[in-house]
Amino acid sequence: MYILPLTYNADTVPETKELKLPSRIESVDEAAANAEAFARSLGLTEDAIYAIDLAVRESVANAVKHGNKFDETKRVEVKLAETGSGFEICVRDFGSGFSVDDIPDPTDRENLLKANGRGILFMRSFMDEVDWAHPEGGGLLVKMLKRR
Amino acid sequence: MADITITERQAGDVTILDLVGKVTIGEGSVALRSTIRRVLGEGKTKLILNLGQVGYIDSSGIGELVSSFTAVNKEGGTLKLLNLTEKIQDLLAITKLLTVFDVYEDEASALASFN
Repeated sequence: MYILPLTYNADTVPETKELKLPSRIESVDEAAANAEAFARSLGLTEDAIYAIDLAVRESVANAVKHGNKFDETKRVEVKLAETGSGFEICVRDFGSGFSVDDIPDPTDRENLLKANGRGILFMRSFMDEVDWAHPEGGGLLVKMLKRR
Repeated sequence: MADITITERQAGDVTILDLVGKVTIGEGSVALRSTIRRVLGEGKTKLILNLGQVGYIDSSGIGELVSSFTAVNKEGGTLKLLNLTEKIQDLLAITKLLTVFDVYEDEASALASFN
């Protein structure tokens, strides 16, 4: 069990939703549908809901493909939380991890025609904060925040 | 129900593919890839992708647009994009792919550009 490094406003009781998903492509839709429904129930704007949906899709797809490498014995854990500062998304895989700094910039001229490698750019573009951590027990944890 | 439907029509020697639905990881991206392969296999190399009814696209879908573009170029053909939604336009701007694709807002202009 790991402890997510969430920061809460002391006066706010966070609402959370947690999912444990198998490492398959269908989990991307399932996570996004849950995130959209949760964000909608909190009354977030359509723009915020779109951003959250896209960030969840990209992060869960990365966890399934590049983290767990489609190994169905490994789960993808998703935690959605309404915190004092905004809507927080944590996605964890149980793969061997990677360094985000090693991902080539997809907007560099030599990378423009590559088929892959734009997911992290979308996460960074649509969310206000994106951070990666290597939690105890292995894998990679990405934590994203969409401010209110 | 499928995430995406792709309808093919001809305007002279130009093939227009009308996409309706989502181009996302999995079914949507695979459907686009297989359609492009099929039409190229039939010798159709002047292509327009009409994206006006694509309600959602993710990085996998954007990647599939790029793969389609390179596959058509490799066959000596041309692929152009038509009717970008605001969201798709945003994503292509973020990825700097608006500098790569030939984009049109109306079908007549897109067709005329092949002449």
